[in-house]
Amino acid sequence: MLKNVKRQLLSHKLMMISSMIVFFMTLLALLAPFFAPNDPNLVDITHKLQGPSSKFPLGTDHLGRDILSRLIYGTRTSLGTAFLVMGLTMMISIPLGIYAGFRGGWGDYLFMRICDILMAFPSFLLSLALIGILGPGLVNLILAMVLVQWVFYARVIRGMVLSVKEQNFVLAAKVCGTSRLVIVIKHILPAIISQVAVLVFMDIGGVVLAISGLSFLGLGIQPPGAEWGMMINDSKQFFRNAPSLMLYPGMMILIVVVAFNLFGEALRDALDLRRE
Amino acid sequence: MGWFIVKRLTSLIPILFGISLITFILLHLTPGDPAVAYLRASHIPPADETVAALRVELGLDKPLYVQYVEWLGKVVQLDLGMSYVSKKSVWDEIMLHFFPTVQLTLASCILIVVVSLPIGIMSAIYKGKLIDQFSRIIAFVSVSMPAFWFGFLLIYFLSVKLDLFPVLGRGTFAHLVLPSLTLSFAYIGTYMRLLRASVLENLNEPFVMYARARGLRERLIVSRHLLKKSLLPLVTGLGMSLGNMLSGAVIVETVFAWPGMGQLFVTSILTRDYPMIQGCLLFMGVIFVVCNLLVDLAYSFLDPRIRWEGEK
Repeated sequence: MLKNVKRQLLSHKLMMISSMIVFFMTLLALLAPFFAPNDPNLVDITHKLQGPSSKFPLGTDHLGRDILSRLIYGTRTSLGTAFLVMGLTMMISIPLGIYAGFRGGWGDYLFMRICDILMAFPSFLLSLALIGILGPGLVNLILAMVLVQWVFYARVIRGMVLSVKEQNFVLAAKVCGTSRLVIVIKHILPAIISQVAVLVFMDIGGVVLAISGLSFLGLGIQPPGAEWGMMINDSKQFFRNAPSLMLYPGMMILIVVVAFNLFGEALRDALDLRRE
Repeated sequence: MGWFIVKRLTSLIPILFGISLITFILLHLTPGDPAVAYLRASHIPPADETVAALRVELGLDKPLYVQYVEWLGKVVQLDLGMSYVSKKSVWDEIMLHFFPTVQLTLASCILIVVVSLPIGIMSAIYKGKLIDQFSRIIAFVSVSMPAFWFGFLLIYFLSVKLDLFPVLGRGTFAHLVLPSLTLSFAYIGTYMRLLRASVLENLNEPFVMYARARGLRERLIVSRHLLKKSLLPLVTGLGMSLGNMLSGAVIVETVFAWPGMGQLFVTSILTRDYPMIQGCLLFMGVIFVVCNLLVDLAYSFLDPRIRWEGEK
């Protein structure tokens, strides 16, 4: 009994800390120009690879750009891209998943076969190939990731709809002669939306990781934009002499991904508790 | 068992067909003309006559479905075309780079089993104790860690500072250690927890109770009875991860300059070598599907209940 309470408290504490980090990072991303002490893209070769100073709190990179400012602007790129990818994915996945699950029939059959084929590829590889075809760049990266991952979410959402649509409140609405559209919007959507939210927050850390991985390979945002994965790639040649160049962006990725993963887990637990 | 294999094999046909279709369509999504891309990659200015001649040569003037059938006919004979950049056969290049990736993936698999097996079981038996907490933290960090960063940390601390392992490249056994550690790290965390959960689940099963009632020692119960059943999810998980490890290898190979499929793939993307991109994707897609098939078969071999359900 006591253990259980402690566990709950701990999960609440984690929830608090992780949501504070998530909130802070979002703020950092939104208000990047306020927080950044310097212009993140200002090249100044005379100040290259400097240690921490009052003007450059974390030092400068190989082009003399302020690392702290680049880290802060990198938050904007990483989080902005990740939320955009997830948002666009959901805009495709939610309607399609609901349609396939609720209507069934040949549309559902076709949908499932498309899923089978697209999920036959490892998803990261398919995104890579799409970027290869479309060409590197932030817009193409977003496009490639959305085009690959919508299948997965649409399928999960279809499963959720399948389990909801046989429940009594939906059947009751049907008996009352409610139109399909109203049933979907008023009954099915509210029933699955919290599960979808948990799904999104559980996975957004993974999206941040994938984006930074693609940027690390040089396929994401192009110079001079700032992104953590790209910063690590840039620091490759200098990391023997200036390891901090590589250390900071990696820490940022780790912190953000851990925070989002914890947040997602806490959210899931909290929603589960409510159901009990 | 025979019937099950036949059934699984036939279900493979539409999937393979779909994979080939997607890879084919992908190349035709390219912004602009593939013939122009070919000329650009060979540093020939794309004049109208040369483009037209090349379109005929590459068969781009024919209708799309004819192109697809011709292409598929060649693919079946393992002819994936020629690289735009190196002008070598795509299949030969893939074969050249495939073995190092297999080596890396297998080494990582071994590492995953060797590390996550004991820790996973221990953290189930000593649930809530120090080792359990420790494995929980490791699991959390490992899934949140960017692989390329972890790779650089390993290089910096173990190779540059302590000079224990070679920094880059492939050759001796020592070269294999850091890349496979990097590749397996994320999975070690996951499988540790997976194994813990599956052991915990089985601890309350009747067969464990019966073994306890017989007065068997706890160690015997774990090694003789519990382990066998708890390993099942690990087998499926590992098999499914094989495909994802191929994609993870893309990043790890770039970090460690490991001359495998991943590097080939990334280089072909950066040089816009379309036949190579297509070839790599097709090849890895097929490998992924075959891996999943083998896992299914292994699983049904280990757990006969699956087979019976399949025959119903």
